[in-house]
Amino acid sequence: MSALSMGSYGAYVWGCFALTAAVLVICEWRARKRHKIVYRDIEVRVKALGDTE
Amino acid sequence: MSASDEQLPGIWLGTSALVKRDLALVIKRPGDMLNPLFFFAMVATLFPLAVGPAAEQLQFSGPGVLWVAALLATLLSLNSLFLGDFEDGSLEQLLVSPVPLSALALGKSIAHWLTSGLPLVLVSPLVALTYQMSLAVTGVLMLTLLLGTISLSLLGSIGAALTVGLHRGTALLSLLILPLAMPVLIFGARTVSLVAAGDGVAGGLYFLAAYAMLMISISPFATAAALRISNE
Amino acid sequence: MWKFLHKLASPPHFYRIAENMLPWFAFPGLLLVGYGVYAGLFLAPPDYQQGDAFRIIYVHVPAAYLSMMAYMIMAISAGIGLIWRMKLAHAVSAAAAPLGAWFTFLALATGSIWGRPMWGTWWEWGDPRLTSELVLLFLYLGYMALRNAIEDTTKADRASAVLALVGAVNVPIIHFSVEWWSSLHQGPTLVKKGGPAMDTAMLYPLLAMIFGFTLLFGALLLRRVRTEVLYRERRKRWVRDMILASTGGSK
Repeated sequence: MSALSMGSYGAYVWGCFALTAAVLVICEWRARKRHKIVYRDIEVRVKALGDTE
Repeated sequence: MSASDEQLPGIWLGTSALVKRDLALVIKRPGDMLNPLFFFAMVATLFPLAVGPAAEQLQFSGPGVLWVAALLATLLSLNSLFLGDFEDGSLEQLLVSPVPLSALALGKSIAHWLTSGLPLVLVSPLVALTYQMSLAVTGVLMLTLLLGTISLSLLGSIGAALTVGLHRGTALLSLLILPLAMPVLIFGARTVSLVAAGDGVAGGLYFLAAYAMLMISISPFATAAALRISNE
Repeated sequence: MWKFLHKLASPPHFYRIAENMLPWFAFPGLLLVGYGVYAGLFLAPPDYQQGDAFRIIYVHVPAAYLSMMAYMIMAISAGIGLIWRMKLAHAVSAAAAPLGAWFTFLALATGSIWGRPMWGTWWEWGDPRLTSELVLLFLYLGYMALRNAIEDTTKADRASAVLALVGAVNVPIIHFSVEWWSSLHQGPTLVKKGGPAMDTAMLYPLLAMIFGFTLLFGALLLRRVRTEVLYRERRKRWVRDMILASTGGSK
């Protein structure tokens, strides 16, 4: 099994694995980003309220 | 749903009154019933126009095309299932009625089928004729449509109840119902094709009947739940 | 045990506990997937019929399996939320949907790519699994569309729960229908996963991938549910206290 060519199916096999990795990374990244945004939004509002109290 | 001797007549009276009212409304505005029928005929006309009039091809794809047309026409008529009631306030009346909401939901589904599914079944032979379908095949087509439209009315009520009053409810309803309606479409259309090819129909018809029974048992409750949720 | 579950159901506790649970899902998951990828690509022998192309199974099957598991999680938690009025359950349901949709997309894409060298086409309607996955994708999209269309969160939770439950009842029926439909044609299907008896050298990496993917899915889900909970509870006191207590850094 020459690693890269995968018996001439290389593009398909590696393509699939790359796609899978990409999807997982995208999901993780988006989940983190969304959390950050939500957190920051609340933080801003809470701090603002805190200043006026 | 406890059914004491006093309540049963109430449930029956209430539900049949609802069905009668919906039928009366359609008689006043026949367009509600006719438009989907015209749509059905229209789609059945579009296909040969788009693909060519070769008789063999029409015979071959006829069951599928007619079934898809029937499905889309049913979707069209489902949109307005609860819309009228929603707009004029009678939906709220239904929600607070002493008659169990699931019975009323069943009533709405029945009324819908009477004004949408049944007409489709009755009109289908005319269209089947233009698709060169034999008598036997047409008969099976009508049977599958009969069983299938019952299921679709019941299934569609759930979707209509979930989307009543929503912005862009029409498109959303289609998106929700179409995947769920796939078994009905598959068995309905393919059973007719099987007959055309000379195979047996029992299996397909049994499935459609079983599915209809499943829908009868779950749809009224799901529709009632959905109505309450959409209108609290 | 019940006490733990009770605690878990309360949003502030869940938020904290989930944060600690995350690495326990993520790291074992990554390890298993790492092994699975390595073994699947390099250690497992090529398939008798498909050669090296069969290795796509190592990503396709886990994706397909999870796409269905995610739907079950979505439907079950929606049901729990609807019947027992648990807010957290609704949050889980909402969080699971996009993940499930992504995995369904992945199953479809890898299935399609796998099909190209096998059947010569990028899509084969005759393959029941592929067609079923497509319908599943529509079910996910419908669920998410309904959620988006309803403004009020509680209403959206409950309406989409009804939809998820009706969908769950229909999913096995849809699978059955599509199987029957495809059997009418005897069309080409993706080779039965590994055949009747899969070589252990082929099987172990597959199992590792399935378990690993499940753990990674769990980690992703935990993260999303945390965010969902945080957003839904954003006006509550516990959130305010927590944020004020930890100045800076978003954990």
